[in-house]
Amino acid sequence: MAKRVGIEVSLAVSHAVQLARAEAIAAYPITPQTHIVEHLSSLVANGDLEAEFINVESEHSAISACIGTSAAGARTYTATSSQGLALMHEILFIASAMRFPIVMAVANRALSGPLSIWNDHSDIMGARDIGWIQVFVENGQEAFDHSIMAFKIAEHRRVLLPMIVNLDGFILSHVVEALEFADQDTVDRFLPSYSPWHHLDPKKPVTMGAFGMPEIFAEFKMKHQVTLMNSYDQIMKVWQEWGQLTGRDYHPVEHYKTEGAKVLLLTMGCLSEVAEIAVDELRSAGESVGLLKLRLWRPFPFAALREAINGAELVIVCDRALSVGGVGGPVLAEVRSVLYPMASRPKVLGYIIGLGGRDVPPEAFKEIFSQAQAEAEQEPSEEFYMYGVRG
Amino acid sequence: MLEIRFHGRGGQGAVTSVELLALAAIEEGKFAQGFPSFGPERRGAPVLAFLRIDDHHIRLRCKIAQPDVVTILDPSLIRIQKPAADLKTNGIIVLNTNKSLAEARQEYGFKHTLALVDANHIAREVLGVLIVNTTMLGALIKATGVVKVDSLEHPLRERFGPMAAKNFAALKAAYEKTVVEEARP
Amino acid sequence: MTKPLEDFTWQEIELGGILREPGSARDYKVGDWKSQHPVWTKSHCIRCGICWTVCPEGAIIEEEGGYFDVNLDYCKGCGICARECVTGCISMVTEEE
Repeated sequence: MAKRVGIEVSLAVSHAVQLARAEAIAAYPITPQTHIVEHLSSLVANGDLEAEFINVESEHSAISACIGTSAAGARTYTATSSQGLALMHEILFIASAMRFPIVMAVANRALSGPLSIWNDHSDIMGARDIGWIQVFVENGQEAFDHSIMAFKIAEHRRVLLPMIVNLDGFILSHVVEALEFADQDTVDRFLPSYSPWHHLDPKKPVTMGAFGMPEIFAEFKMKHQVTLMNSYDQIMKVWQEWGQLTGRDYHPVEHYKTEGAKVLLLTMGCLSEVAEIAVDELRSAGESVGLLKLRLWRPFPFAALREAINGAELVIVCDRALSVGGVGGPVLAEVRSVLYPMASRPKVLGYIIGLGGRDVPPEAFKEIFSQAQAEAEQEPSEEFYMYGVRG
Repeated sequence: MLEIRFHGRGGQGAVTSVELLALAAIEEGKFAQGFPSFGPERRGAPVLAFLRIDDHHIRLRCKIAQPDVVTILDPSLIRIQKPAADLKTNGIIVLNTNKSLAEARQEYGFKHTLALVDANHIAREVLGVLIVNTTMLGALIKATGVVKVDSLEHPLRERFGPMAAKNFAALKAAYEKTVVEEARP
Repeated sequence: MTKPLEDFTWQEIELGGILREPGSARDYKVGDWKSQHPVWTKSHCIRCGICWTVCPEGAIIEEEGGYFDVNLDYCKGCGICARECVTGCISMVTEEE
């Protein structure tokens, strides 16, 4: 039976990992991810989770140890944030290329400098191309659900790729809120134990991590690309199955009041529910506006996004990260690129918002909505806009 | 939706207060968010903690700009943080002080509805230590009725184990002794 | 290796790029890297096996009677065996000779 509880979201994530019966965890604490691994560490120490908790001296070692435990055939979990994710960087590519279904939470936080421990998406946007499956969540319930579902997706025989669950640091990770826990029986039935397709076994020796000569490297990458794109079907299946069990449905691109909307806001993560409030208020004021929430970031949901546009004239992409010297925000760049081939495509404008822990109240979206409409009526004055920056 | 802000100092348990109250509200079937002012934790430094309670799922992920209630654990913070400055006109101030209502209004210039309790005294008597976070919850509940007193019992037990009974006793004592006076605009 | 690398399509790449055939490095004959190779003067050899121990390629083989020789398919000609030989019975001979 499902149980309604009040709990800090970080601890709810740890509990999800406990219910998923993770067998190996290697992690290094970093704000604002700390509470997740701290709690997992005590669950293991108290005998409430039968797993190896490997203490390491850095995130580089954490993810390297995860590759080791995954190679040994264990269900493997880790979590990090910001500089920690950056320190993992080179190994992240190796984990996905070697096809190890490690699950990782990233409590999204700005990358320094200036030194910042607060929330934005610049950490994960720097790790866009690591070849992992990536989702974003909006609230504690979603953080819990996706932390369980991620194992089932990642470990499927036709997927076998690592997966990141992105949750906003502090504004989500550190909030005590209400959510529904699934019970152990339900999770056990949903998520069978992990039986690795390939693992280290002295009786059946294999070579892992061999050279990819120039004659073979591109073919290798093609296989990775096709596998990651094809993981979409399995992601849909797992989300549907969880939806049937819990009544909570998840989609790659989620719609909020988009019917007949001429203007669509597009957000990710915790920005989304705040933007919903703005859409409610704008709709009551008679504005033709809706909200698209991009949940699945990798593999990018091309078809679902194009379909979601559904005749809208203006799409306003709100990025929580800045590509300095580039086209603005990473989400803007990708959304524009995906919509470009459409026969009748909307205008796409980009706003950078909520950097380094800057508070984003619903009013921000209302202001962006009216600014963007004015900009769209003429030749836009900028390539993209930095919202709320003084000077 | 009710939005409450706690004013305390690092280590005084303001964050614990909002967490306990959030858990109590959730146990009553409501929805709540309890969260700290995000950042490094510094013992003794002025800190804020936030609480939202509603009958529906809460979608806000930002600070509380205009609280309905401010709870002040440590009166020495009034001059530093000016807790009443952005309080709604019909808002409530819950204050830990040994002053009378008239003295407190005169001293701090408070015009809002005011709830007072000498939490330091209760904490010393009942808990034997000068930590007022759970005691002040009694005053807050008296002033707002935001949750039932009994709803705190389980969260307190989960949090404090053998120390829960004393904390609950201090909370109830504060609930009894808190005086509330309507706004004096 | 079942076929040359350049004949593999992307569909044929093993999952995670693993190599299922143990000891496949045997296919890489590194013997043609060398410009010299070891030669033993058996009369001076005390069959101590130091050369066998120190060879980084494992290319030295023990023969009947406890004497040693080299598998030229894998000897890279580094000369460590000759340097470490207790009696100096190994000399490095250049390839042309």
